[in-house]
Amino acid sequence: MAEEAQLYQKRLAIHPRSVEGRFRKLKTGVVLLAYGVYFLLPWLRWSRPTGVNQAVLFDLPGRRFYLFDLVVQAQDIFWLAGLLVIAATLLFFVTGLAGRVWCGYFCFQTLWTDVFIMIEQAIQGERPARLRLAKQPWDAEKRRKMLLTWASWLGVAFLTGLTFTLYWADAPTLVGEFLTGAAPFAAYATTGFLTATTFVMAGLAREQVCTYMCPYARFQSAMFDRDTLIISYDPRRGERTAGRAKLGRDLKTRDERMAAGVGDCVDCGYCVQVCPVGIDIRRGLQYQCISCALCVDACDTVMDKLEWPRGLIKYTSDNSLNDRPTRLLKPKNIGYALVLMLTIAMLGWSIANRAALDAVVEQIRQPLSVQLSDGRVQNSYEIKLNSKVAQPGRLRIAIEGLPGAELDMEGLETIELGAEQRLRLPAKVRAMPVAGRERQSFEFVITPLSGLGTEPIRRPAAFYAGQ
Amino acid sequence: MSDTTTTTSTPGAVQTTGHAWDGDLQEFNNPLPRWWLWSFYATVVFAVFYWFAYPAWPFGKTWTKGFTTATYTEGGQSHTMRWNTRSALLEDLDSGSDAKRQRQYLDKIAQTDYAAIAKDPQMVAFVNQAGKRLFETNCSACHGRGGQGVVGLFPNLVDDDWLWGGSYQAIETTLKHGRNGYMPAFGSVLNATQIDDVANYVLSLSGVVPSSEASARGQKIFTGATGGCYMCHGDDGKGIKSMGAANLTDKIWTIANVPAAQSPADKLAAVRAVIGNGVQNVRKMPAWGERLSAAEIKLMAVYVHQLGGGQ
Repeated sequence: MAEEAQLYQKRLAIHPRSVEGRFRKLKTGVVLLAYGVYFLLPWLRWSRPTGVNQAVLFDLPGRRFYLFDLVVQAQDIFWLAGLLVIAATLLFFVTGLAGRVWCGYFCFQTLWTDVFIMIEQAIQGERPARLRLAKQPWDAEKRRKMLLTWASWLGVAFLTGLTFTLYWADAPTLVGEFLTGAAPFAAYATTGFLTATTFVMAGLAREQVCTYMCPYARFQSAMFDRDTLIISYDPRRGERTAGRAKLGRDLKTRDERMAAGVGDCVDCGYCVQVCPVGIDIRRGLQYQCISCALCVDACDTVMDKLEWPRGLIKYTSDNSLNDRPTRLLKPKNIGYALVLMLTIAMLGWSIANRAALDAVVEQIRQPLSVQLSDGRVQNSYEIKLNSKVAQPGRLRIAIEGLPGAELDMEGLETIELGAEQRLRLPAKVRAMPVAGRERQSFEFVITPLSGLGTEPIRRPAAFYAGQ
Repeated sequence: MSDTTTTTSTPGAVQTTGHAWDGDLQEFNNPLPRWWLWSFYATVVFAVFYWFAYPAWPFGKTWTKGFTTATYTEGGQSHTMRWNTRSALLEDLDSGSDAKRQRQYLDKIAQTDYAAIAKDPQMVAFVNQAGKRLFETNCSACHGRGGQGVVGLFPNLVDDDWLWGGSYQAIETTLKHGRNGYMPAFGSVLNATQIDDVANYVLSLSGVVPSSEASARGQKIFTGATGGCYMCHGDDGKGIKSMGAANLTDKIWTIANVPAAQSPADKLAAVRAVIGNGVQNVRKMPAWGERLSAAEIKLMAVYVHQLGGGQ
């Protein structure tokens, strides 16, 4: 043992080199798309009769989520469960087939880290310049460059945090309030918290989030098998029998190298330098690898330059690396696909068939029934009405199936229900008790007169004659 | 035993702590990231801040109170207290967002007349929600959670019989000033047979027993000077609301629990007991005018009115 074992490990800073290629283009495209959607969506206006004109708005105090023409009410929150099942199954399905696609291209940690590295590079220069700057003492140049980098990061982080809060209130109003100090405390707290976490996670912690914090990064290996797409170095081609070697005398062309048993890997180290998590892909599949495919671009660039075939580092599977057939149609993948389609179908059906009006009738149980002066018995109910449509409507409440009974809502039997309004109304039913029938079943019938759909809603209820 | 002899390790393998027990037992070293340690220190710093900000350490019979405070208004006077869950609750009840919204509604109730409140579904819905809470806090101890009352003690508010009147105004008066229900004891005025006759008459009024000779004799006592019952209950036995005298002709019994008595003899005994003993010192409704605001009284009047479908 050369040195005393350390219980705490200092992070080795990673300064990834930039690279060009098809995967880099794809990733840049995803970043632009994701940023475009994330930052602009709260500003998109949408016309609604209720006057809520933000296309996507999560109105927590009003218990309503606005998603374009869909308004999600509080009682529809089980859709969220469907959405989460879909998201989880999709994640498992894709991971089983194509590995860590989420991590490499779509995860916000990857996207924001990517952008922060771009900023870093624009200000401090390419990898060698950044390495030099890191070693440099804190002179004027380093102070200036670091300050500028951190300030830019902070700017992006602040916009990220602020934009997130805009999804929860009217965006133009909230920005105005935010800048004049009139916004609610929650807006400042959320923006502040997200600014801080974005800055820390994307600027400072970076790959440590994936390595140490992310649960998905830890359990995704459970979805992997030998047929799953991975990014891998082809050791047989890269190493052959005599291992890898730099381009040197007598080892210039592929033919020379093959003759000497030397592999195609010229040990340029480009794949290691571009890696945002700081691993050497040539050491095989590692849990830190987020499958960002930048090493593929790096190696392809070098192979193109040498005019050797691409694919020394490539998307492949363990089976095809070892000349075994890759099987994708297997129970696991089919199972994920079936669950996925089933959940999407159920959620779609539920959303498409949502009712315009919700009604619940609850019996008041204390007291269950009460004697009236004229000998009749009275039961009380509470009717909860909830309009899910964006225009006002009218409805009528009546009872059916209780002969000789009287419904008394003190004149509110026919009412106007405002757009997306919720109401709880008391109702009383009076009837002469029938000998031998302690409990009689009947129905409340809530008939939409205008604007609330066409189907009458029937809700079963019971009438109790005794105490 | 442990010793720190250097152990062999292959390059790239996980580092060991360098100890070897029993010759070959080694311990892997997977070091924690340094920032993890710093996050731990940060939580310690946070805890120290928390001790000063909030109630934390007990000592002797007291505890450190913390420097954060909560402010609330009660009875027009502003109070500032050291933060604790109770003062935080009082602050929330006083100036939380829900409290503000509730106050807006109460203001609207205060400015609207009774008839208009009953016609507005929104306000009826609010009265039902807020009224239920107010009722549970202030009224349910006697009248029960649902307002069903206790026969003989506390009137049932869910039925359609109103001792003191079921109009909004009458209910408001009852709430504001309270009521004192009273019926004199006739045990010393009438003899047992007379009481029996009157009881028979009272029961026949609502058809519990058929008219008989006894009830005819009872009617004479009821409407004559011997008993004088008519002075409060009226010639027809329908009661007089301004005196809180019960209507004896309907099916509702507020003092004598006639429906619960099984045999005719028991029913008769229940009524006889009321006539003999009167109703004294049990029907006392306290005044709420001091405890509840005018808007709350108004809200409760609407709530109680709709409970029984007032008059």
